[in-house]
Amino acid sequence: MRYESPTTAKAAVDLLSKEKGKAYVLAGGTDLLVRLRMDMIEPDLMVDIKNIPAMNEIKKTPSGGFKIGAAVSGAKLGANKALKKAWPGVVEATNLIGSDQIQGRCTMVGNLCNASPAADSVPAMIAAGAKANIVGKKRRTVPVEDIVTGPGKTSLAKGELIEAITLPKKAPKSGDAYLRFIPRTEMDIAVVGAAVSLTLKKGVVEKARVALGAVAATPLLVKEAADAIIGTKLDDEALEALGAACSAACKPIDDKRGTVEYRVKVAGVLAQRAAKIAYERAGGK
Amino acid sequence: MQHDQKYTGQDFKVVGTRPNRPDGIDKVTGRARYGADMSAPGQLVGLMLRSPHAHAKIVKIDTSRAEKLAGVKAVLTSADLPDLTNGNAGDYATLENCMARDRALYDGHAVAAVAAIDKSTAKKALKLIKVTYEKLPHVTDVDEALKKGAPQIQPACDGNLGGRYEFGHGDIEAGLKEADVVIEKSFKTGQTHQGYIEPHACLATVGPDGSGELWVTTQGHFTYRNVCATLLGMDIAKLKVTSSEIGGGFGGKTHVWIEPVALALARKANRPVKMVMSREEVFKGSGPTCASSMDVKIGAKKDGTITSAFIECRYSDGAFPGIWGMLGGMTAWACYDLKNCKSVGVDVLVNRPKVAAYRAPSAPMMAFGVESTMDMLAKELDMDPVQLRLKNVAREGTQSSYGPVYGPIGIEPTLEAVRDHPHMKAPLGKNQGRGMACGFWFNIGGQTCSDLNIGVDGTVNLTVGTIDVGGARASLSLIAAEELGISYDDVKTTIGDTNSLGHNDTTEGSRGTFSSGMATIFAAREAIEVMKGRAAQMWGIPVEAVSWENGHAVATGAEHGNLPPLSLKEIAAESPKTGGPIAGHHEVTADGSGVSFASHIVDVEVDPETGRTQVLRYTVVQDAGKAIHPDYVEGQFQGGAAQGIGWALNEEYIYGEDGCLQNAGFLDYRIPVCSDLPFIDTKILEIPNPNHPYGIRGVGETSIVPPLAAIGNAVSNAVGVRLNQVPMSPPRILKALEDA
Amino acid sequence: MSGVHVTTTVNGDPVEFVCPADESLLDVLRDRLGLTGAKEGCGTGDCGACSITLDGQLVCSCLVLGAEAEGKKITTVEGMADGENLHPLQRQFIDNAALQCGICTPGFLIAAKALLDKNPDPSVEEIRYALAGNLCRCTGYDKIVRAVQAAAKDLQKQNRK
Repeated sequence: MRYESPTTAKAAVDLLSKEKGKAYVLAGGTDLLVRLRMDMIEPDLMVDIKNIPAMNEIKKTPSGGFKIGAAVSGAKLGANKALKKAWPGVVEATNLIGSDQIQGRCTMVGNLCNASPAADSVPAMIAAGAKANIVGKKRRTVPVEDIVTGPGKTSLAKGELIEAITLPKKAPKSGDAYLRFIPRTEMDIAVVGAAVSLTLKKGVVEKARVALGAVAATPLLVKEAADAIIGTKLDDEALEALGAACSAACKPIDDKRGTVEYRVKVAGVLAQRAAKIAYERAGGK
Repeated sequence: MQHDQKYTGQDFKVVGTRPNRPDGIDKVTGRARYGADMSAPGQLVGLMLRSPHAHAKIVKIDTSRAEKLAGVKAVLTSADLPDLTNGNAGDYATLENCMARDRALYDGHAVAAVAAIDKSTAKKALKLIKVTYEKLPHVTDVDEALKKGAPQIQPACDGNLGGRYEFGHGDIEAGLKEADVVIEKSFKTGQTHQGYIEPHACLATVGPDGSGELWVTTQGHFTYRNVCATLLGMDIAKLKVTSSEIGGGFGGKTHVWIEPVALALARKANRPVKMVMSREEVFKGSGPTCASSMDVKIGAKKDGTITSAFIECRYSDGAFPGIWGMLGGMTAWACYDLKNCKSVGVDVLVNRPKVAAYRAPSAPMMAFGVESTMDMLAKELDMDPVQLRLKNVAREGTQSSYGPVYGPIGIEPTLEAVRDHPHMKAPLGKNQGRGMACGFWFNIGGQTCSDLNIGVDGTVNLTVGTIDVGGARASLSLIAAEELGISYDDVKTTIGDTNSLGHNDTTEGSRGTFSSGMATIFAAREAIEVMKGRAAQMWGIPVEAVSWENGHAVATGAEHGNLPPLSLKEIAAESPKTGGPIAGHHEVTADGSGVSFASHIVDVEVDPETGRTQVLRYTVVQDAGKAIHPDYVEGQFQGGAAQGIGWALNEEYIYGEDGCLQNAGFLDYRIPVCSDLPFIDTKILEIPNPNHPYGIRGVGETSIVPPLAAIGNAVSNAVGVRLNQVPMSPPRILKALEDA
Repeated sequence: MSGVHVTTTVNGDPVEFVCPADESLLDVLRDRLGLTGAKEGCGTGDCGACSITLDGQLVCSCLVLGAEAEGKKITTVEGMADGENLHPLQRQFIDNAALQCGICTPGFLIAAKALLDKNPDPSVEEIRYALAGNLCRCTGYDKIVRAVQAAAKDLQKQNRK
């Protein structure tokens, strides 16, 4: 295996596109190096993107949103007060990944490209309407929900990598939240994850996005769940409908972390709880 | 010289204080050397190839390509090891488990090994070994394995029955006739691992002359020496085993796994070989404890008197039979004074790793069944659970369910302490529940040999052969200081290697402080006799006129009484002129270890929508006999409780339909993390063991016995539904709630 | 496999080494630099026994490549004491009997130091969550949390002087 540490995105793209063997992008390494260690991958090339200055930055976009570089660690994300104020759900979701040790290294983009159905930051990004800025032969920008195509699989072509995640400008009277279920208090992979982002108008939910993790082969954007709360004041009836829509959208599997039955039920419960937090953050009462 | 091991009730000066441990600085600075921290010039890296199948015939192993790889110095299969198929059953099982011969019996069973110049070469070599398997039907569930037609794992066993052991007395059928109430329930427990943070590791050297050395993380280096030498046909005296610092064992480092293989590789390569297990290998290829399945039936009168008590527990021993059913059977009813009781422990073979000891092995399962059913009985009788237990409690003179008549024991005092504890009266909130349960462990004594040497400056080297798993060097230094009448800081305790002492049994069965403590006391008393002689010589008086008080030789009798006492330091300083070094030595098969009891209280909160349980408060009450160093006694109580909490809530081996282990790592084998637990309160009771000069009982294991049931009772009280399977994982709790 | 040449700083000392590109920093520290204080408990970032800091950031050294250490500043448990003076955390771990077997201790000390460096007065809950990436199987964490509380007090006193 070769290790390369380019200092520009272009150099990184060149290395990745020219490599004839198996090439991997190394950001925080908290998934990739586990797979290396467990002999699940045998890379010919690893391209470390942490020495590319732009990829280490969190910047305000001209439109008032945020651009988060692919190499920004969870710890760095959590320390950005403006971002945390605007998108607390996204930041909290990313900060839920692993321990403080893992937070020192892990990245949102890595979490996304690892393409696990249970990735914590991904449902939160999807609910927030985040976009992935891809560099390769040419640049393109796609919604985060279009990146993961299956467990461990993404829509990125050879020679492409995600340079940054863009979060839109936070709308007035909006709020987001992410909750996951794990058996312990820390260190587990989500058994179920639920993210809700919503905007209020006079106390009524005007816009909403609901995303679920660990209940299907990919993170899910659940339109029916959003519809269930749009136009409501998140009363008990709306919450009931939200829970039911989330449970109905689940296509989970039985595995060592949870049963189908369990995931279906808890997806609804978590979505309800996340919606209440998002509603409160949006200023709803 | 004969020593009296009876408890004397002496007042202590240093025993019972909490000085800093002698190995503390090494351990906070990174200097302490554990199993994987040692290297030797020219060492090779040894790696194991393991079966990916739950059960398979090994048709052929082709090692030729691996052998040809540059940098590979030895490749080993069972063909390189003695065939013990028709030999001693225990030796056969041990060696066969270290390296499969004809069949791989579980996912992770070792089938070959290599030694190469570095890790990457060794890894490459493993990939070049071609093993031809013929897959066989497998069984991993304990109840399935006993069914007719289940795949047979060991040809020598009847079906998969490894053994059946019965204990008890009276007539349980007659007892049921006397009962007003009968409670019957079945329970299951998942398979758990000790989860020590340090993987197995060793560094082995064997020369062509048959002499070898082994540096290893172990709970018993003398046992490892004897076992490895026996398996490999070496002379015991020619294998020197040095124990590293041990990074946790809890029973899992009482058996050999990679060590005979490392020695055999080293012998074949004539180079030092270092082997270190990965975490995945630890889960798949070392010795977890059993899963279990049990049936309980208790009959009682309206006043709570138990008239009949029955339990049968089936233990999954893994691919080789053990004595886990026997141990469990003995512990089942040990807390109670019963007219009619019976316990049956059954050992069952399954396609899982060969089980090893795990802290009070087999007792937590039985306690889960017994103590859960006791709570159900209390509810049925509308009795306080503590009162029900007190009503039937075992006392001095009780005929125990497993045979012996008890001497002074601590179960009643622990129950009274629980009854009177503020924890029992604290208010509970919504979705919260409280539970309590009792536990028992035998403790053992066994062979021990200690040396005590006094330097010319009066400082003392104590050399013991029992591994220090959690502060024993501090405790033994305290004992030596107490006995000699000197300061704790003047004693340095070391764990000797196998060439420096006589045989010492493994640190297991909570025997370390009991047995090495006893040998230390008697070795110190031998040294005192020597010092009395030296003092007599220095004074020119008969030795009969010298006594030992408070670290000084004192001349007694009217004609010598005016001689000023001689301190240990003064006698030591003169030792070169009065006969040379001063030493004491003692070897003993320590008997009368004194049984141990505990009662625990726990509060939990259960989220009724997700089934998640949070432990809110935990209290351990246990009899220690005498707490030599209370910090480390509390540490044992807290550590055992934490392991029990993990077992109760989240930890278990998860097997797929292919019979392969799905969670061989700390990510999905979920041991408690720091934020999962509350502070664990402890209360040490001291009911002296009459068979130890200081009253010591073992304290290491009992603390893991009550938590499964205590938490089961707390969760059941919180949700109003009886949970009868551990771990009480969130999906299981939610399902129980829905089914109710 | 061709080696990667790395120039870095470990516990304040300039260090150079050559390692295979896929070798972890933990293996480099232990096997090439002789610093065996960081332990491998899992190799997958789940136990924290290999904790170190990399440019001041707490990480698991098993999940860092040796090659990534180029130009970085590494601190391990071996660099925690100041000559013969133990760090207050080291002292309090001993005084509070916060270790039994001690294998997890180096990782706990490094993680606890990282916590106290950024939060000098943590609550019990903050301590527990900050140390959730460090597994201890012996103690039930009780005496560890108490030792960190005591060390925090010591450091506060030290800093007031």
